[in-house]
Amino acid sequence: MTALELAAAGKQHPGSPPVTALRSVTLAIGDGEFAAIVGPSGSGKSTLLALAGTLERPTSGEVRIDGTAVGHLADHELAAVRAYRIGFVFQQFFLVPTLSAVENVATGLLYRGIAAAQRRDAAAAALTTVGLAHRMWHRPGEMSGGERQRTAIARALIGRPAIILADEPTGSLDTATGLGILALLSELNAAGSTILVATHNPEIARAVPRTIGLRDGAVESDTGRAA
Amino acid sequence: MSTPRSRLRPADVGTLARMGLTGRPLRALLSAVGIALGVATLVAVTGISGSSRAQLIAEIDALGTNMLTVTPGQSLSGGQAVLPATAPTMVARIGPVQSAAAIGDVAANVYRNDRISAANTNGITVYSANTNLLRTVQGHLARGTFLNRATIRFPAAVLGANAASALGIDQAGGRAQVWLGGHWFAVAGIMAPTPLAPELDRAVLIGLPIARSLLHAGAAPAEIYVRADPASVAAVEGVLAATADPPAPQNVSISNPADALTARADATAAFQSLLLALGAVALLVGGVGIANVMVIAVLERRGEIGLRRALGATRTHIAAQFIAESALLALLGGLAGALLGGFATAGYAHLRHWSAVVPGTSLGAAVAAALAVGAVAGVYPALRASRLSPAEALRTP
Repeated sequence: MTALELAAAGKQHPGSPPVTALRSVTLAIGDGEFAAIVGPSGSGKSTLLALAGTLERPTSGEVRIDGTAVGHLADHELAAVRAYRIGFVFQQFFLVPTLSAVENVATGLLYRGIAAAQRRDAAAAALTTVGLAHRMWHRPGEMSGGERQRTAIARALIGRPAIILADEPTGSLDTATGLGILALLSELNAAGSTILVATHNPEIARAVPRTIGLRDGAVESDTGRAA
Repeated sequence: MSTPRSRLRPADVGTLARMGLTGRPLRALLSAVGIALGVATLVAVTGISGSSRAQLIAEIDALGTNMLTVTPGQSLSGGQAVLPATAPTMVARIGPVQSAAAIGDVAANVYRNDRISAANTNGITVYSANTNLLRTVQGHLARGTFLNRATIRFPAAVLGANAASALGIDQAGGRAQVWLGGHWFAVAGIMAPTPLAPELDRAVLIGLPIARSLLHAGAAPAEIYVRADPASVAAVEGVLAATADPPAPQNVSISNPADALTARADATAAFQSLLLALGAVALLVGGVGIANVMVIAVLERRGEIGLRRALGATRTHIAAQFIAESALLALLGGLAGALLGGFATAGYAHLRHWSAVVPGTSLGAAVAAALAVGAVAGVYPALRASRLSPAEALRTP
């Protein structure tokens, strides 16, 4: 089963002249895979992740998530795809500073209409999974960068999405902490999560089973699916 | 494989709205102040005027709404009509009439003493009266006693409240005297103000017998005060003219002074509308302030909006969150304003020794108006928030 599929997907931003962010990318990420998108700044990593996450629509080609073609879905249908099938992790964490870790993680289920008490139980479990059981009631301001990113990862995996998309998850962290986050992602992958990471850190890329190299909006290299 | 719909529970919308405000408490407080002031103005204006009106009505009720007055009207020929001298006794015979008392014109002026220039009349009228006048108008004496069966035959006078102060007399009985129509009259008493018969406040009353014998006053009544059974006021009013002057009832004019006072209480409502308009303007300005703050919040919270979209929020969910936040802000301002307005009313009423009346409907309406203003103020910022492209919102530096 393919968790994510890009079929000749391209993205052009209108303007004069129009800016091509992604030319024509064909890519399939299978269930349970752990892949890294690498490439210099401006190579289209973030755009690829935004298309894969339905945050942007491709101007050409097709994107399929968990078997569903999303090209012609209405906005609220895309929102539903994000709520149920995709988990996001960002470089800037995007945690709400006034909420505790468990409340931040529970936000991951907010738009599924699940009752607050159930969300909180699931959030506590997710925080335990990422090794932050002891930080449950701390606010982001009271946590280290690595702990914040672990909290954000817990928020992404709480709903057991088909795929977790992480855009520069270690970009705001020092090397050691970044490797810790990478180790966590590997653990999650070993436990069954499908993970696609965008990074310009070659050290991170080397540690991921599959590396897809982007340059100027096109796939330059792909180590292919690990055996 | 079909995907369920994104769903946001109404209770969670409320939580999000509350979170948005508690995240920036000082800003929320300041932007709610405008709404609070508007609502406080609305509540205080209706509360204070309502209390004042309730007080006036209570005073009128205490004086009795069952008093009628009979005065000569215009005759058919256009001249001033004259009531028959028999009118007071005729009127008193009407079944439900509890008491009737007349005053009569006396062609005399009154002075503090015989050295005052004749031109210096102070505008005080002299009326003849009977002993039952005080009871009929439910007047009270500030000093001394009213005319009694003895003093109506002697040169004794009772001063109205304003007349007494105009004459500079604050003592009754003993040696206090006034120079009235060329004779010394002893001051028997000074009346307290009589709201239902304000003409008596600026008058000096002397007994009808002494007025006729000493000052050659006529017998025609100038005004008859009638106190009727409260249940039959309308019936008495209907027959009063014909009873007072059977041959020419059209020459008689009847009025109910309590009605006039009540009308005056209602007239103050016109003044109130200006202040209400001011309150409404304050409320609107408060709404604009909230819209302003919400637009800034949307700009600042692009990252949060992008995140929520990434977590599966629809445009409607984002819009609902911001409208709810704006409405909650206005609601809190409205509640604070209602409280403030209530306190202002209570404080003012306390100063004036009134009982405070804050109409529940005006409280509810003011808070509802604040809520509506807040919701409308939130529409534009909410639309802006919901139209942000998720990817763009997440690219926030």
